[in-house]
Amino acid sequence: MPTYTVTINEQKRNIEADADTPLLWVLRDELQLVGTKFGCGIAQCGACTVHVNGSAIRSCSFPISAIGESKVTTIEGLSENGDHPVQQAWLEYDVAQCGYCQAGQIMSAAALLAQNANPDDAAITSAMSGNICRCGTYGRIKSAIKTAAKS
Amino acid sequence: MNSATQNLASKLKTSLGRRSFLKAGAAAGGGLMINFSWGVVPTDAGDAAAGMIPDQPFELNAYLLIASSGEITAMVPNPEFGQNLMTSMPMILAEELDADWKSITAKQANYDARAYERQFTGGSQSIRRAWQSLRMAGASARHMLIQAAAQQWQVPAGEIAAKNSTLTHAKSDKQSSYGAMAAAASQMPTPAEVNLKDKNSFKLIGKSRHNQEGQKIVTGQPLFGIDYQAEGMKIAMIEHPPAFGKTIESANLDEIKKMSGIVDAFIFESMKPDYQKNYFDTNAFPRLIAIVGDKTWQVMKAKKALKAQWKDLSSRTETMNAFGREVSVTIPGGLENTTDHGKKMDQALAGKLDTLREDGDVKSAFDSAETVIERTYRAPYLAHNTLEPMNFFAQITGDGVHVAGPLQAPVFIQDTLASRLGIVKDKIHIEFTRMGGGFGRRAYSHYLVEAAVIAKQVKAPVKLIYSREDDMTMGIYRPSYTVRIKAALDKDNKLVAYHVSGVGLAEHCVHENRFPAGAVDNYLAEGKAIDSNITIGAFRAPRSNFMASAEQSFLDELAEAAGEDPIDFRLALLERAKNNPVGDNNDYDPARYAGVLKLVREKSDWDAMPNTTHKGVAAYFCHNSYAAQVITVKRREGEPKVDKVYSALDCGIVVNKDSAINMVEGAVIDGIGNALFGEMTFTNGVPDKKNFDRYRLIRMNEMPNSIDVHFVDNSIDPTGLGEPPFPPVFPALANALYQAQGERLYQQPYFKPKKPS
Ligand code: FES
Ligand code: FES
Repeated sequence: MPTYTVTINEQKRNIEADADTPLLWVLRDELQLVGTKFGCGIAQCGACTVHVNGSAIRSCSFPISAIGESKVTTIEGLSENGDHPVQQAWLEYDVAQCGYCQAGQIMSAAALLAQNANPDDAAITSAMSGNICRCGTYGRIKSAIKTAAKS
Repeated sequence: MNSATQNLASKLKTSLGRRSFLKAGAAAGGGLMINFSWGVVPTDAGDAAAGMIPDQPFELNAYLLIASSGEITAMVPNPEFGQNLMTSMPMILAEELDADWKSITAKQANYDARAYERQFTGGSQSIRRAWQSLRMAGASARHMLIQAAAQQWQVPAGEIAAKNSTLTHAKSDKQSSYGAMAAAASQMPTPAEVNLKDKNSFKLIGKSRHNQEGQKIVTGQPLFGIDYQAEGMKIAMIEHPPAFGKTIESANLDEIKKMSGIVDAFIFESMKPDYQKNYFDTNAFPRLIAIVGDKTWQVMKAKKALKAQWKDLSSRTETMNAFGREVSVTIPGGLENTTDHGKKMDQALAGKLDTLREDGDVKSAFDSAETVIERTYRAPYLAHNTLEPMNFFAQITGDGVHVAGPLQAPVFIQDTLASRLGIVKDKIHIEFTRMGGGFGRRAYSHYLVEAAVIAKQVKAPVKLIYSREDDMTMGIYRPSYTVRIKAALDKDNKLVAYHVSGVGLAEHCVHENRFPAGAVDNYLAEGKAIDSNITIGAFRAPRSNFMASAEQSFLDELAEAAGEDPIDFRLALLERAKNNPVGDNNDYDPARYAGVLKLVREKSDWDAMPNTTHKGVAAYFCHNSYAAQVITVKRREGEPKVDKVYSALDCGIVVNKDSAINMVEGAVIDGIGNALFGEMTFTNGVPDKKNFDRYRLIRMNEMPNSIDVHFVDNSIDPTGLGEPPFPPVFPALANALYQAQGERLYQQPYFKPKKPS
């Protein structure tokens, strides 16, 4: 089985996994970083969203062999104290219902704001439409992103 | 009388005869411990409800702990799937206790067969049942704290004020925190009767408090069943037959077992052949293939490499224990198709149905009517699609079993599990995890038994995970229904006859005593279920989730035929049901029904909307609450797009306002999504959609521009909120789409993808 050295949440970690193992399962099974969620496995729901070099990707469809020198950030590493502006805005709006999709939503939102500090409605919608919330919290997600953009 | 001017304080007994609902004592480590009965208490109406309470001592299954540090812990005995009980339940306690909100934390209780008969999240009942228990516990603790302070300070109890976790006696300038007085309070006698607050003076209830689990959710803490970890844990997945009506014959298990990281692969049964199913044991596939390995991905790869032979099942009859009543269920053999389903339902509708209720003389009313309108409405199967797929952890422990994961109704699975493992119920330990969505699906927890059987076979702790494909294609769908409604108007355009006929696979959705029963002199309700081997189950607001569509779309059409405003038309019927009801079995309160319609009319500015606005209205009653929705639709690039939604709810007292609004917003979006896109179809028994690439769910770009939620302000004890706002969304949307498109909609889903030209 091949081994990889990956930089995850600013730490170098050595792992052993089949080359085609999706990053999602490396995070969840090898590194016990279970904040990143499994929803569909085919890049349709966004529950597994993490950052690779700052961009939001679907980790269920990203093989570990493609990781190279890239830096991975997961929900656990988005901020040291859970106080990233997006996380704070999420708490302010009490966005979550069941909460299952929210790590992925937050990661998509944080990547959007890193690239576009002041997104309009259309930019928010287009960045977030890959993330399903089965509980229907889209309105609050949108409001929280706008608030996070201001801070 | 206006409740705002009425004093709504009340008294509550803490025992009835030999049955005591509350016991107080010293907590280990100092402090006051109140054990209380959750879900079974006398009502403040007196002993009227006493008949419903078993005449024997029973376990006090919940507790409130005030530690000497001042920390207050409330144990919440309900599984959480997003209704925010972990916040709203402690709010009720804190209100009666006058506690500092910041010092309260809620804990999730684990399952105990003897103690938690009502440990069930579903049917929007959680708050309703817990309401009096929590108030009783909070008020009792407050009473005992005050008594202790009165004794210590030698002052009359009536002069002591309790506020924000502090006791004060103004005259003598004495003060104590709850924590400091807790040990002394534990020595006070348990009150036989406590005063509950005047509902008009609530300070916390009706306000908004942040979700207590919020921080853990936004930082990705392991809260869910799928996150469960244990020493030596293996990962298991299952494979079920690709089609309803088939079962497993054999598979290339030896090849699978040789694959890298695979520990075992075998065929197993999750139920013994002679086991009598209960109502929540629905399961089309009790015979499965298990693949167990070290890592999820390796197990997934082995699952892909699986080659199995399947065989057709023949028709069979099972007996089922439906809440103590033995019923016989026929499961036809054969591979079913959606097109045949439609034909079967039409055939059934053309034949004889079971009469559920008849008032007046329906036949002559139709014969002599001025106008008769008849319409037929069709609903597809729906998959629940909780975002967290089904999963469960299981570990065999000596003569028992420890299981952990997401489920809505532990009470219904314990016998199934005990019987399958051959253990006694007392040896089952169920640990609840947060649920990544429920919507009714997790009341059918066959996956828990599957995990336990696999764990037993491989002699290791196991976490069973369904793939999305497993989750979506294993059944327990919202049934497919057809409803035909026929109505007669007289020459003054008054509704004089109403005939509703419902059929469905494998249940129909007619509630014979619901509106407009009671509002029409000549009324007939009929229904019939059609056997099918595709399994069905409860789905957010069962049956109501389609009956509302049929009935409220139909009433819209009737109002139009009568030349009346759709709200006026409904209000006139409700007025009739209030003043001079037909029959005495009507299960709704016409005044509260009318109340939500009036509120939504006012808040949406219905009467002042310009004629160019495409608007639709609908109202429905279910799960003890009333909901009305107004939806407006705009055209965007030729396609209609939902613009604004106004919701009006009467669910009694709202405990946590913002969380209640969030839940209604969610129900609105879920309703719009399912109305537009929700659909599962079958070809030769095979579900046509397996994942979110083909099963379309609503996304952010399709959500309405605004959702404006309002609650009727009253002092009725809280009723359900998770389900009631959902059903009327569908018809309000259908009625608005009709305005925008000029065509009535009779078949869900309403969105029809454009055929490529
Ligand atoms: S799990 Fe990766 S997008 Fe759904
Ligand atoms: S909060 Fe439940 S899926 Fe988004």
